[in-house]
Amino acid sequence: MDLNSIVALLAVAIVAGTPLLFAAMGEVIAERSGILNLGVEGMMLVGAVTGFMVTINTGNHWLGILAAAGGGAILSAIHAFICVTLKGNQVVSGLALTIFGTGTSGFLGKNYVGLPVADRFTSIDIPWLGDIPILGPILFQHDAMVYLSMILALALWYIMYRTSWGLSIRSVGENPAAADAVGISVSRVRYLATIIGGMMAGLGGAYLSLAYAPTWQESITAGRGWIAVALVIFALWNPLRAIAGSYLFGGVEALTFRIQTAGFQISPFFLSMLPYLFTILVLVAVTIRLRQEAGVPAALGFPYDREER
Amino acid sequence: MNRLRLVRRNNESWLVKVAVPIASILLAILVGWIFLAVSGYEAAETYRRMIQGAFGSPYAVSETIVKAIPLALTGLAVSIAFRMKLWNIGAEGQLYMGAFAAGGVVLLLGDWPSLPLLTLMLVAGFAAGAIWGLIPGALRAIWNVNETITTLLLNYVAIFWVSYLVFGPWKDPNAMGFPLAPRFPETAYLPAIPGSRVHVGILIAVVVAIILYMVLKYTRWGFEVRVAGESPEAARYAGMNVARNILLVMLVSGGIAGMTGMIEVSGITHRLQQDISANYGYTGIIIAWLARLNPFAILLVAFLFGALLVGGFGVQTFGIPYAIVLMLQGAVLFFLLAGEIMLKYRVTMSRED
Amino acid sequence: MKRVPVVQMDGINKWFPGVKANNNINFRVYPGEIHALLGENGAGKSTLASILAGLYRPDSGTIKVKGQPLKLRSPRLALQAGIGMIYQHFRLVNNMTVAENVMLGAKGGIRIRSDRIEQRVRDLSEQFGLAVDPHARISHLSLGEQQRVEILKMLYRGCDILIMDEPTTVLTPQEVKELFHTLRLMADQGKAVVLITHKLSEVMAIADYVTVLRRGEVVGSDHIQNLDEQTLTRMMVAREVIFPEFNRSHQLGPTVLAVSDLSVPNDRGRTAVRRANLELHEGEILAIAGVAGNGQRELVEALAGLRSASSGSIRLRGKEIRHLPIRERSAMGLTFIPEDRLGMGLVPNISVVENAMLRNYRYPENRRGLLLDYRKLEAYTRSLVDRYQVAVANIHHPVNYLSGGNLQKLLLGRELDLNPDVLVAAYPVRGLDVAAAQAVYDLMLEQRQKGTAIMLVLEDLDDIFRLADRVAVMYNGEIKAILNVRETDIDSIGALMLGAQRVGV
Repeated sequence: MDLNSIVALLAVAIVAGTPLLFAAMGEVIAERSGILNLGVEGMMLVGAVTGFMVTINTGNHWLGILAAAGGGAILSAIHAFICVTLKGNQVVSGLALTIFGTGTSGFLGKNYVGLPVADRFTSIDIPWLGDIPILGPILFQHDAMVYLSMILALALWYIMYRTSWGLSIRSVGENPAAADAVGISVSRVRYLATIIGGMMAGLGGAYLSLAYAPTWQESITAGRGWIAVALVIFALWNPLRAIAGSYLFGGVEALTFRIQTAGFQISPFFLSMLPYLFTILVLVAVTIRLRQEAGVPAALGFPYDREER
Repeated sequence: MNRLRLVRRNNESWLVKVAVPIASILLAILVGWIFLAVSGYEAAETYRRMIQGAFGSPYAVSETIVKAIPLALTGLAVSIAFRMKLWNIGAEGQLYMGAFAAGGVVLLLGDWPSLPLLTLMLVAGFAAGAIWGLIPGALRAIWNVNETITTLLLNYVAIFWVSYLVFGPWKDPNAMGFPLAPRFPETAYLPAIPGSRVHVGILIAVVVAIILYMVLKYTRWGFEVRVAGESPEAARYAGMNVARNILLVMLVSGGIAGMTGMIEVSGITHRLQQDISANYGYTGIIIAWLARLNPFAILLVAFLFGALLVGGFGVQTFGIPYAIVLMLQGAVLFFLLAGEIMLKYRVTMSRED
Repeated sequence: MKRVPVVQMDGINKWFPGVKANNNINFRVYPGEIHALLGENGAGKSTLASILAGLYRPDSGTIKVKGQPLKLRSPRLALQAGIGMIYQHFRLVNNMTVAENVMLGAKGGIRIRSDRIEQRVRDLSEQFGLAVDPHARISHLSLGEQQRVEILKMLYRGCDILIMDEPTTVLTPQEVKELFHTLRLMADQGKAVVLITHKLSEVMAIADYVTVLRRGEVVGSDHIQNLDEQTLTRMMVAREVIFPEFNRSHQLGPTVLAVSDLSVPNDRGRTAVRRANLELHEGEILAIAGVAGNGQRELVEALAGLRSASSGSIRLRGKEIRHLPIRERSAMGLTFIPEDRLGMGLVPNISVVENAMLRNYRYPENRRGLLLDYRKLEAYTRSLVDRYQVAVANIHHPVNYLSGGNLQKLLLGRELDLNPDVLVAAYPVRGLDVAAAQAVYDLMLEQRQKGTAIMLVLEDLDDIFRLADRVAVMYNGEIKAILNVRETDIDSIGALMLGAQRVGV
């Protein structure tokens, strides 16, 4: 494989990793607050279809993006209602979300399958930076959404670790009783975190239908939502690591398409297995070391009941 | 001022236990109705056609049963894990591994007579699924690794493994490049009722349901599983070996899902291929939940879901997207989850001062 | 000029399922005063304080803070009113730093200005004598240091009213001195401190004013100058029920259980029991006295087989059992009644029958072939329920629906039916009303008559004097003394429970 191929591969890795990054970011926020949301796949699909539909009907992809975020938000609000207010089982609710989201998106998008997108996201060639040899094409010749995802991820890191908002979210996920005792509204934080997470997932889906593919079809996400869930663990709930992880997983995806043309004998399927196997190993390693030290939000998955005696 | 408040219950309510699942189904139907109407479809007509498609003719009913069989088995598979609060989301992958093992047996011993061949296939299917369930089970038992995520991730590995085989070493040279393993010899087909596709799998499902019910209710081990699910602390106090039971439960759960895979390739597809399962592993979870983990209720609910799937196929010819089926499934589950809270809490009027 | 109370609670009533925790309570606190809320465990002190802190809502009654009537619907509102509560189980985020915990949820902009916060923490530390490193992670701090963080949290928010729930349980004597120093500084600077405690000596040492609760009601309240230890003791523990006298023998029977040099770690890996030595004899009741948290739980769990001891030996009739699993110890005649009745002792959400069979479901006689013989098990349950007078509507209903007293009777019945040689029970009457507690005492005395060796971890000093032959006092993981009950009194035991004779400022 020559240098040009590698550069092209890395560039595609970033593009392929972008929907994962959006979704993973959203899931990081939700899980940091203690809510496990397994419905990412469904939310991405809903985002993809609403973004697509609005873009086709208005001719403006930014409106599409907004709609996608809205779609993800609505779906995740249902999950938040069941998990926070009704203290329901988070695992099953997330699965229901996935199934419902898959169904809803397929239903709504029926007449839009395969249509070309009116106003797609195109690459922006950043004037000076884009011309740097090697790094230029890899980093600086992408579309607006890629840059948006990077900016949001960095912003998320900052918010999580350098602001009082992030502190509140993390405390709710680690010890909701402690947060409650100092007057933080556990419900409000969890609702917001889950809904923002849903918005992000919606954006990730919209990227697929408005930039990556770009079109709508029923299984456009192809399991990326689940990869995002795995990615969050791989990233140890840290947004910066999520960036690296997303591009890593994106790279694997890009690689699977090119592997045979590049002359390697590895089956693309084995390559596809790797991210999942790797994540399992990471999870085991993370869990064996003391649970708290390793970063799993201690209250993840458990509903909070103040008067529980 | 009077306010509605949720207060913890301290009594059983049969009414709630039965009403919640029924209400969930009705509310889901309502949600579907709204979606259909808003999208310009004739809702009542759609539902009528779905029922027609599922029950309208003997063949339709047989197809419903055909779909119900794997749903029932995966539902049973996950239900035993859920009894012990082990969240086995990996039934899909365990199913694929079972299919792979069954396919492997055919490849190696395809010239055996039918009965021993099928028996070995079934055993191999169970074993492969059992191992696939044992891996996350062991991780949980030894290191307390979250089984929700490990079982989920292993699904993908299993599906890719089968894809690898049917695109690669096991690819049928006569299949014109399609990812299909060679067709099984007829000795490897599960016998079916002539004129339909309903195969012996239905008996297997019923037998598994009976065995599961008996084991959980009437054996020492079933008792231990239920106790550990309710309170691992109490299980320890009673001297039970919780780790060993985690392993056994995941083994059995995976094994039943593995058998489902064997049944699907032997009874329906008659070959190993990429898409053996229409998300049976995931739907099984909903079925188990809806049936409150009761094996016989699972059979019934699986039948209803089978009807939903077949009816959904039917209405496609009238222009209604199959996706409506998934929406209804998701909606039922949502309402069921929402209704769960009524089991733990009841609504009272309290005076706020 | 009449002083305005900073907190005024009138007519407070609070019910929990099965028990009235607060019954028509009036409570006033004035600025600059250290007000002790004194009472036994279960008297209702924590409930009252939790209502003040916004954690629970009273079923009726009014609250005024600084003269204003308020509805303290949540901890947030209470904090806004200037009321801060420090719980017995700290509400700190373990993997965050001191500074992060202190500033959590407080006003102060979005961006975290670490240096400013650290400065403020250091200032407050100095002002009130609370030395702690702002950069340290909570998980690395001792319990005493963690408590200081909790106090700083409240001071950081400008709380004027500080409630402390049993603060000295987790402190060494030196730390207690430092705490009292801090409290005095706070009171001198105009803050009000409510100290929830059941330790008389502390009250005498630090309180300005005392309110005594008993069984959910206010029994009396007065300035400390007008009170002494005897008066307070009488107010705290007087009981209407007369317990039957029983024959205390002069001689101890043969040793059944011998514990030598036993050390047991707690959940965090620190030593909870230090080189304990004791002997339990046939036909005696040995009480383990001590404030909760001084190692009693770890000791009995190690004896039962639920927790591994790190060193030492446990001999049952001469045989070493330290490494045996719980089932084998049970087979050898050692039975344990855990303090967690519904959760460990009994399994929630399954039926009474299924709970009753937890010990004997493996016996061959309860099986027909491979399957459990439910008819036999149901008959057994009925007999159990009869003999131990457990009030049960339907033995097939989930066990959760039973009241606390009946749960305990069921648990005891099931365990006592095994005819144990040694019975170890942790807090057997906790949370039970008088009648249920009476039933439990009767069962214990019955077993004693039969020759069972009984070890009871008890909170109530009165129970110890009525039930036990001997008492072992635990403090800070050590068994301070083992005394014959006839040769000692409440005050001496109380002193031993504190580990020191007096705690002064």
